[in-house]
Amino acid sequence: MTNKIVIAELTKGTVNASSAELVSAAQAMGGDVTVVVPCTDASMADAVAGYDGVSKVIAVKSDVFAGNDSSGWASALDSAMPEGTVLFLATARSKDVASRLAARRGLSVVQDVVSIDGGNLTSPIYSGKANQTVTVNGDAVVSVRANVFSGVGSTSSNDVSVVDASGDVKTAVQDVMERASARLDVSEANIIISGGRGMGSPANFSHLEAVADTIGAAVGASRAAVDTWEEIPHSMQVGQTGKTVNPNLYIAVGISGAIQHLAGMRSSKYIVAINKDADAPIFQHADYGIVATWEEALPVFQDALSSLLG
Amino acid sequence: MNRTLLGDLIEMSTIIVLVKQVPDTNAKIAVQGGRVDLSTVKMEMSPYDGFAIETALRHKEATGGTVTALTVGSAGTEKILKDAKAMGVDNIVRVWDDSWSELDSNALQTVLKESIESLGGTAVYCGKSAADTGAGSTGPGLAERLGWANASNVIGAEFGEAVTVSMPVEAGVAKVSVPLPAVISCDKGDFKPRKANVKGIMMAKKAQVELMSASAPASTVVVASHSMPAAKPAGKTFEGGSSASQVVQLLRDEANVL
Repeated sequence: MTNKIVIAELTKGTVNASSAELVSAAQAMGGDVTVVVPCTDASMADAVAGYDGVSKVIAVKSDVFAGNDSSGWASALDSAMPEGTVLFLATARSKDVASRLAARRGLSVVQDVVSIDGGNLTSPIYSGKANQTVTVNGDAVVSVRANVFSGVGSTSSNDVSVVDASGDVKTAVQDVMERASARLDVSEANIIISGGRGMGSPANFSHLEAVADTIGAAVGASRAAVDTWEEIPHSMQVGQTGKTVNPNLYIAVGISGAIQHLAGMRSSKYIVAINKDADAPIFQHADYGIVATWEEALPVFQDALSSLLG
Repeated sequence: MNRTLLGDLIEMSTIIVLVKQVPDTNAKIAVQGGRVDLSTVKMEMSPYDGFAIETALRHKEATGGTVTALTVGSAGTEKILKDAKAMGVDNIVRVWDDSWSELDSNALQTVLKESIESLGGTAVYCGKSAADTGAGSTGPGLAERLGWANASNVIGAEFGEAVTVSMPVEAGVAKVSVPLPAVISCDKGDFKPRKANVKGIMMAKKAQVELMSASAPASTVVVASHSMPAAKPAGKTFEGGSSASQVVQLLRDEANVL
């Protein structure tokens, strides 16, 4: 049983809580678990020092982790890590770093794992229309989807060793255009409310935004909405040619449920559908379906949320 | 080619764009005997590859050079190379060895590295991920093996001595200078893939696919089986907009997500 090395996920400079899920995933594969925290300041590793079931914590300190260059990340991590099977959280940046790290070590990479049975790893293919199980012989680099494994507890007190590392940064950021809205991107939100062509016009997405702001959700869209209305950017598109998401709650409004869209959101933990057409395919995938126009249902939905959470 | 280049510093670019054949993204997928059954599914070029071809063609139009579309696949995958040719790429290359079946990422990237080095590539474009696995491993992994820079999920690009790309980061959208040689993976962005015109389609019909081979290490990750996702238990359906308040209560009490 080879060593398992969990790379803690950084979100806006702090350790993402889903890193504890990676430890569970590593335990499911078997072997000794080391947690590596990429950081610019060793105190960032405090967040994982309590993780249960971990034999070692290494804080790898480098300026490269303040940036996004995957060559810099992969080379700095590689220099400070033992050999073994490496687990990342399946976010856009970490999947990129995982790919470079695997290549650097001459390993194969298995992305978007949602189930583990020893050396057998299962990932969705065709954006979730089917699953693929692969058998891994020897070490590999693996990325694991968030919200799939339950995280380990945090009752231990692991020693943290600090390693200074430098990385081979190849690209240079010239400028960052900050997102205008504070609202989350669909790829990072735990709740998503999406609109389809049934919203009637792009201006009506303001009603979805109002709900989103009440519950801290991201706003998404179907491909039909993105293709129809220029005002709805592709960055909002959920589906096989947009983003694949698995939030805790997905609210589909005025979306019929084309196979393309279902592929991108069917693994959401709970799905609510609001559609005036009782035969819309989305209802077959919804935990809670509301057959009504959005004009009737959304104001009631919004009021109930406000009084519950307000 | 009589073109005004941006000074002598820029060499003629040998641009390579990676393309992959995948099932039509609108198709239903079925599993037979533990394997995905694609016998009745129409195959097409992975949608993001179209953005990669467009970006590669714009790179050539800005700096001069050639664009070569390359796929790794059996003879049945040549249609997508013809589609790339019809869009305007100069050369089409298929890399294959009949002893190969499923290549894991280590084997595939090793093959690509060898092929790109023998073609003398100076810039490689690919889709942000292929519509079959959705993994997105090839671009960054290939870059690492070549010792090159990479940028992923790119939604815009300007071409000069380096390629300046727009790509999403945590805070928003970053403009990043990517020195060449580099591998750049493309998302749907500013560049709409051009449509093939009649002349392009005629030229593609006549175009020769260049065949190459390479040495692939044994795969250590092997596909064991495919399966359909577990069906969800039937949900609850309510009639009328006023039921929305009931659903909110269920989301709190039953689903525990609010």
